[in-house]
Amino acid sequence: MNTSKEKKGFLSGMNDTNLLLTITIVIFFLMYIGAIVFQGGGFTKPQMFFNILNSNAALIITACGMSVVMISGGIDISVGGVVALVSMCCAVYLDYHDGSIFGSILIALGIGVAYGIVQGFLVAYLDIQPFIVSLAGMFFARGMTTIVNTAPFNVADEEFTALKLTRIYVPGMGTVNKKGIYVPAYVEIGVIVALIIVVLLFVVLRWTKLGRSFYAVGGNKQSALMLGINVQRTKFISHMICSVLAGIGGYVYFLHVGSGSASHAMGMEMNAIASSIIGGTMLTGGVGNIVGTLFGVLSLSTIQNIVASAGLDQAWWTGITIAAMLCVFLLIQSVVMAQKKKAVKN
Amino acid sequence: MEENRVLEMRGINKSFPGVKALQNVDFNLGKGEIHALMGENGAGKSTLIKVLTGVYSKDSGTISLQGKGEVAIHSPQDAQKNGISTVYQEITLCPNLTVAENMFIGRTQGAITNWKKINEDADKLLQNLDIPAKATQQLSNCSIAVQQMVAIARAVDMECEVLILDEPTSSLDEQEVEKLFNLMRNLKERGVGIIFVTHFLDQVYEVCDKITVLRDGQLVGEYEIKDLPRVQLVAKMLGKEMDDLSDIKGESGGYEGGDANEKIFEASALQSDAGIKPFDFYIKKGEVNGFTGLLGSGRSECVRAIFGADRVLGGTVKMHGKEVKINKPLDAMKNGIAYLPEDRKVDGIIGDLSVRDNIILALQVLKGFFKPFSKAQAYAFADEYIKKLNIKTASADTPIKSLSGGNQQKVILARWLLMHPEYLILDEPTRGIDVGTKVDIQKLVLELAKDGMSVTFISSETDEMLRTCSRLVVMRDRKVVGELAGGDLTQNKIMSTIAGESKV
Amino acid sequence: MSKIEKNEQSFLKRLVSNQLFIPVIALLLLSVINLINDPGFFRITLGTNNAGNPVLSGYLITILDYGSELGILAIGMTLVTAASGGQDISVGATIAIAGSAMLRILCGGVSRPTELAAPVIVAFLVACVVGMLCGAFNGMLVAVFKIQPMIATLILFTAGRSIAAWINNNELPIVPDPKFGYFGGFIPGIPIPTTVFIVIACIIVIALVLKFTNLGLYTQAVGINESSSRLNGINPTFIKFLSFVILGLCVAVAALIKVSRLSTINYSVIAKDIEMDAILAVALGGNSLSGGKFNMWASILGAYVIQFLTTTLYKFNVSSDALAAYKAVVVILLVVFSAPKVREYMSGLAKKATAKKGVA
Repeated sequence: MNTSKEKKGFLSGMNDTNLLLTITIVIFFLMYIGAIVFQGGGFTKPQMFFNILNSNAALIITACGMSVVMISGGIDISVGGVVALVSMCCAVYLDYHDGSIFGSILIALGIGVAYGIVQGFLVAYLDIQPFIVSLAGMFFARGMTTIVNTAPFNVADEEFTALKLTRIYVPGMGTVNKKGIYVPAYVEIGVIVALIIVVLLFVVLRWTKLGRSFYAVGGNKQSALMLGINVQRTKFISHMICSVLAGIGGYVYFLHVGSGSASHAMGMEMNAIASSIIGGTMLTGGVGNIVGTLFGVLSLSTIQNIVASAGLDQAWWTGITIAAMLCVFLLIQSVVMAQKKKAVKN
Repeated sequence: MEENRVLEMRGINKSFPGVKALQNVDFNLGKGEIHALMGENGAGKSTLIKVLTGVYSKDSGTISLQGKGEVAIHSPQDAQKNGISTVYQEITLCPNLTVAENMFIGRTQGAITNWKKINEDADKLLQNLDIPAKATQQLSNCSIAVQQMVAIARAVDMECEVLILDEPTSSLDEQEVEKLFNLMRNLKERGVGIIFVTHFLDQVYEVCDKITVLRDGQLVGEYEIKDLPRVQLVAKMLGKEMDDLSDIKGESGGYEGGDANEKIFEASALQSDAGIKPFDFYIKKGEVNGFTGLLGSGRSECVRAIFGADRVLGGTVKMHGKEVKINKPLDAMKNGIAYLPEDRKVDGIIGDLSVRDNIILALQVLKGFFKPFSKAQAYAFADEYIKKLNIKTASADTPIKSLSGGNQQKVILARWLLMHPEYLILDEPTRGIDVGTKVDIQKLVLELAKDGMSVTFISSETDEMLRTCSRLVVMRDRKVVGELAGGDLTQNKIMSTIAGESKV
Repeated sequence: MSKIEKNEQSFLKRLVSNQLFIPVIALLLLSVINLINDPGFFRITLGTNNAGNPVLSGYLITILDYGSELGILAIGMTLVTAASGGQDISVGATIAIAGSAMLRILCGGVSRPTELAAPVIVAFLVACVVGMLCGAFNGMLVAVFKIQPMIATLILFTAGRSIAAWINNNELPIVPDPKFGYFGGFIPGIPIPTTVFIVIACIIVIALVLKFTNLGLYTQAVGINESSSRLNGINPTFIKFLSFVILGLCVAVAALIKVSRLSTINYSVIAKDIEMDAILAVALGGNSLSGGKFNMWASILGAYVIQFLTTTLYKFNVSSDALAAYKAVVVILLVVFSAPKVREYMSGLAKKATAKKGVA
């Protein structure tokens, strides 16, 4: 009796965000340690971890944007399309129009801002459901990508290739290979960008008025209005942040793959949503954490790597494992929240 | 603008499609004055308040504030900036934020906020106001009453000149109400003008200085409290002289059938997961009884357990002396039990559905999934009860959410009466509705009982229960602590039983 | 005079506020555009197909034929939307699963069978069971575990096509019996596409269900106020669950048509993006995507409007890849036009205009 009461106190004393975040981080570490113990090999090398970061930097960025929108009670499923559109536009600009790196970055940001303005306006000021708006946004981006250029192609621009191959070495994390040569561990530029964004957003969400407004609007729109928060503007900004981050994420993605294609980032929006949810963001809004989202992306890609290195057919099993993982996390969320509700009620 | 006034509203007009909600209404609020805004539901109180707080924009008229002259208020933010703070009946805070955040969000300056200082300030304020909450606690972890107190603390802390309290007491118990009144008097001394909206007449006469009465969207008048006795106030609100309420019981008399002593419903050691202690209970045919006790004493939980609305954990239930199982609402309905829930908005109405669908719902469910009523039949039922209960609605097809509170309640009542239950449970049927409808409902209860229906009636207003019930079950701390009947049915006796024998 | 004007106004108001207003206007608009572009758009000709059977052809027939799956899905999607206040985004993936299961039964696990391993009706019933199981899975997550529908169905959305491939070992079996193709094509001697009859059958069934049961009342009640429905003796968990199972059944019927059209399956392409079209159909029908009141016929009409739009775009030589961009623009225009805020604004303008006229 006594212990159960204490447990109740612990559960109900913790706020929603921290509770879900803790679960996510614990599970990620258990999973990674499990991978090291049972599969060894690649997972013991730090570079394995950095590779996960390298290939998922864009996902981290878009997932962060998704979290912001979800915390404020919306959703944006256009991010995958925007990523594809950005990479295609930048590729065409660099190769066919002999553009500069700076110009291509401007294009990426421009597409993001344009998406933010249109979607944000429709959702925040015309009160149209965000799902429908961003659904149309996704259709539009995918369609536009093929209109810009139908065939996929690799970018040959020298300046760009140099930037793409830039490696930032992480001191002390290298390994010695079979020949006895020290191989330093590295990350790509995109990872640095992603980490800066994670830190920035963490600060914004945790400590600024704007950040707390996102939570307030997501928690209870009507109350937020009564509390004197400009709900429409807050919603607009959340969509703006998400779209701009999708633009930046698109550029980072482009930097990683070095090509433009209409089939780029297929289903990325679903991965971004899944990462946010695994990271403890609730689709109902008002609950979530950027650090959780980072761990969500890491968990998702770690499990993909585990599946791949276990020798299971990639295309086949990835979908099923991600879905299974999503299912497990959703159930945990659902059960934990129900338990908590009960604990508070009594 | 006259001196010593903090607020003047002049010639306010506001109409909604088909309704003139406010017609040329004036309202004045003095410095350091507690001013009651009274009227039946639909009289325009809420609309006036919402115009003042910028939730609605007015069609015409002016709002002037002391020292600022005429102001334009287009949003709740505007109102806040002009020193108008509001506490609403429904808690308008964000449950996912902390107590401190709820108190300060939307009114701090600059982009970066010093949360440490805010937490300290919040703790200080909570302590000053004697509110049992911590600044860093998540709001959803607080009880409803504490949440309401936090909302008030937020409003109080703002440098406000006008404080609007829109039925803030409906979820507070007496001690908490007393605390709130102390707070109001305290603010009054500091020169804050307070607009107080409530349905409790006692409370008006306890704290207010002035009363403004609205009826049908029009101003009836502004009165000093000492110039307006209760009876007159009620008369002004209703627009007619009211018949003497205390007589309604004598008028109708009780049920006189031969089976008046039969126990229709009997429960022993009934317990649910809502946290009440196991209790025994019975009701006879044609009897009106009630559960009384302070808010949170477990009154509602008891009747919810009877109806199977909460998960039943143990105990036996008998109908007509025969044991039955009631695990979910449908079981209770099949046994002829009907339950009008406490929270009309959350548990009662189905907002977007028409009045007709809302009326037939319970009987329809009872009849079965595969046997829908014909349209003609449904209309016949709806029309019958709209007439019988005098429900004011444009048509049977009107969505119930566009009706006034009192009429919504009548629709829910119609829903259960249509089922022709043997045993009707009414949980706070008179809360938040106008005086006229209140009387109608009480009369109806006694009529139903006379015709042989057993009724359990719960109300926060003890005099209502004294008027209708012949037996009262008294509760304290989620436990049944006594039963009163006959000569024991007095205000004093109830109070002393609620408070505990030692206080007699 | 004023009375007539008032009547006129209220008639206009009633018209604009009618749920069928948006889809009908969209339909008319599309028709006019097509008529201007090609006066022969609505011409229907009787010809013969490859097998020498009489068939009707024409754009109108194409729309009716290819809009079938969408129309059937719109039925289930409307119920799910009404009861749960969310949408099922896994319908495309579950069509793949149900279709794959059907093929597995028909071909018996062989990729190039010479004869049917089981009668079509058995395969169809199995597909129905599979579809309903998928629906039950989604329904359980939504109703019992209280997960938001879009997210709960994200699971099958992600895994569905993989599961479909797994059922047939990633083979693409081909049904040997040409009779199987009748469901998605023509029955010899009948010039009207079979799918039209299937849709009509589905519509009759749902009309009967709505008439002779309380499904409509219950789903709307649950969608509007769950707690209140429970206190009136309705079991909200079961109603939500039921709506997903019904959608599963619709998915199985749609899968039958889809698989029959090709006599085989392509896991990654079959019914691609159909979930988006189905949701749009519900929205176009003027139904709130957050649940509650619904109008089944408006949804079905919405489905055909979407198909009309697709066909129109193809007619304007839009490539299938770029189709999405144009559709998006149209969708946004429609949604903006039907947004309550915009409507309010427009009716305000209309009022001003009539007021001016009155003064003049």
